[in-house]
Amino acid sequence: MTIPADRIRETARELMARAAIDIPEDYLAGVRAMIAREKGELSAFVLEAMLENWQAASADRRPMCADTGLPRYYVKIGNEARIEGGMVALEEALRRATAEATREIPLRPNRVHPLARTDHDNNVGIFTPEIDYSFEPGADWIDVTTVHKGGLFGTDWRMLFPGDGRDGIRRFYLDTLIAFGRRGLACQPVIVGIGLGGSKDACMVLGKQAACLRVVGDRHPDPEVAALEEELTALGNRIGMGAMGFSGSSMVVDCHVEVAYTHTGGMPMSVHCFCLSSRRATARIHADGSVVFRTDPAWFTPYMRRETVAWSPAPESSASSA
Amino acid sequence: MVAGTGKLRKLRLKAPARPEDLAALRIGDVVHLDGVIYTGREGVYRRAVEEGVPLPLDLAAVSNVNFHCSPAAAREPDGSYRIGAVTATASFRFAKWMERWFALSGARVIVGKGGMSGEDYRRLFRPAGAVYLTTVGYGTGALLGRGVKRVRSVHWLEELGIAQALWVLEVENFGPLLVDGDLEGNSLFERENAKLQARLREVYDGLREPALKRYGETTDRGDEVV
Repeated sequence: MTIPADRIRETARELMARAAIDIPEDYLAGVRAMIAREKGELSAFVLEAMLENWQAASADRRPMCADTGLPRYYVKIGNEARIEGGMVALEEALRRATAEATREIPLRPNRVHPLARTDHDNNVGIFTPEIDYSFEPGADWIDVTTVHKGGLFGTDWRMLFPGDGRDGIRRFYLDTLIAFGRRGLACQPVIVGIGLGGSKDACMVLGKQAACLRVVGDRHPDPEVAALEEELTALGNRIGMGAMGFSGSSMVVDCHVEVAYTHTGGMPMSVHCFCLSSRRATARIHADGSVVFRTDPAWFTPYMRRETVAWSPAPESSASSA
Repeated sequence: MVAGTGKLRKLRLKAPARPEDLAALRIGDVVHLDGVIYTGREGVYRRAVEEGVPLPLDLAAVSNVNFHCSPAAAREPDGSYRIGAVTATASFRFAKWMERWFALSGARVIVGKGGMSGEDYRRLFRPAGAVYLTTVGYGTGALLGRGVKRVRSVHWLEELGIAQALWVLEVENFGPLLVDGDLEGNSLFERENAKLQARLREVYDGLREPALKRYGETTDRGDEVV
């Protein structure tokens, strides 16, 4: 069956509201666990205030934060899915939903032309909202995820070299967290996403996706990468920096690393901080038009992380996701 | 544990604020505001301070609390304004206007995000008898939005747009805010930064510098990037 473009538009509008207003449960549970460990009184106070803020947002149906970030989309398309009007209709539906949600919720119309600083007042413009795509073999649904991530602080990129090794990774990770953690510019505690390898642009894209599209507690299927994720999470919380840069331990709720094959001479690395509002929401639109909402984007699948030329799923891995 | 949050002093501050109330504030105090405050940021500062355009109202008679904020305001059919979430914007960019702004507006409380430097507090705030309160989180937009009871008036809306206009807001239990700069020129953020320094040497211990350096890079982890 064909998925109607209008269903995509309605769903995307609802996703915009959920992302802006309701804190994802995995992140909330992660912050609650951090408060229980936090010895710094100022940092603990800030986190308690955030808990109160999230309750107020959900109760009042107000955005958690008035800076509603840069709304954008991630779309996973089943290989058997058919969309009414095709991909052009899907993109128009997502742009319409963005403009409508900006007025209705309201979201802050943050998007402006970079030079003229002019504004359409609806978060739509040149290359905006961004839409990233991925595909899933054997599926006839589409998954639409929206992310509202802040745009100013907490992200950096660097070309490291194989000789820089694990020390280079640790050092650049610390540099980014400390530079942006002071005064709380990173809006920590954050979910940190790290892109390691790939081409330079892929490195940035993967790191951002690792921060925004994987849930707290998720581990990479490669045990070596998973061990690095756990090591870096612990390292971030040993800096001595808590919420707003006050003394404490609440810096990193979780750290996710995505790796991609890279140039033999290099080891590019990106670091991304997904803030105290960690705004994301996902919906699966089935071929029959039914919609199921969730907060786990389940973006990184075995198919996406495949290493081989052809894709031949092992029976047990085809059903699992990130 | 909610380790010792009970130790933080919690205060209600009436706006406009009296000098004796400001003198009682210490860095790290938790403050909620009641009364009247107004927004003002680079658009207002440029127009009033640099271009010398007279203020559109007798600001000193209305309030002395200046909030670094762009409200997400929607106009209702009856002409009133609805405010959803409210979040401060980073204040460090506005330090250069503060000295003349204090003289012009009579502002004595700056509410914003992330504070200014301790040097700014000693050089600009202390002589003016002004304090700095920071929002927390960041992003307690829903709580601060609840604290705004009414938009009393808006000025320079046509000239500056919604984000930069001067909004006069009636607030109640508006917070939480933390005192970052007190009347003595102390800075909470700088006190906390200093505590971090000893830890950083330990955290970086043994990590080699990367092979490829970058222009403009500081290697002193005591530095801030703002």
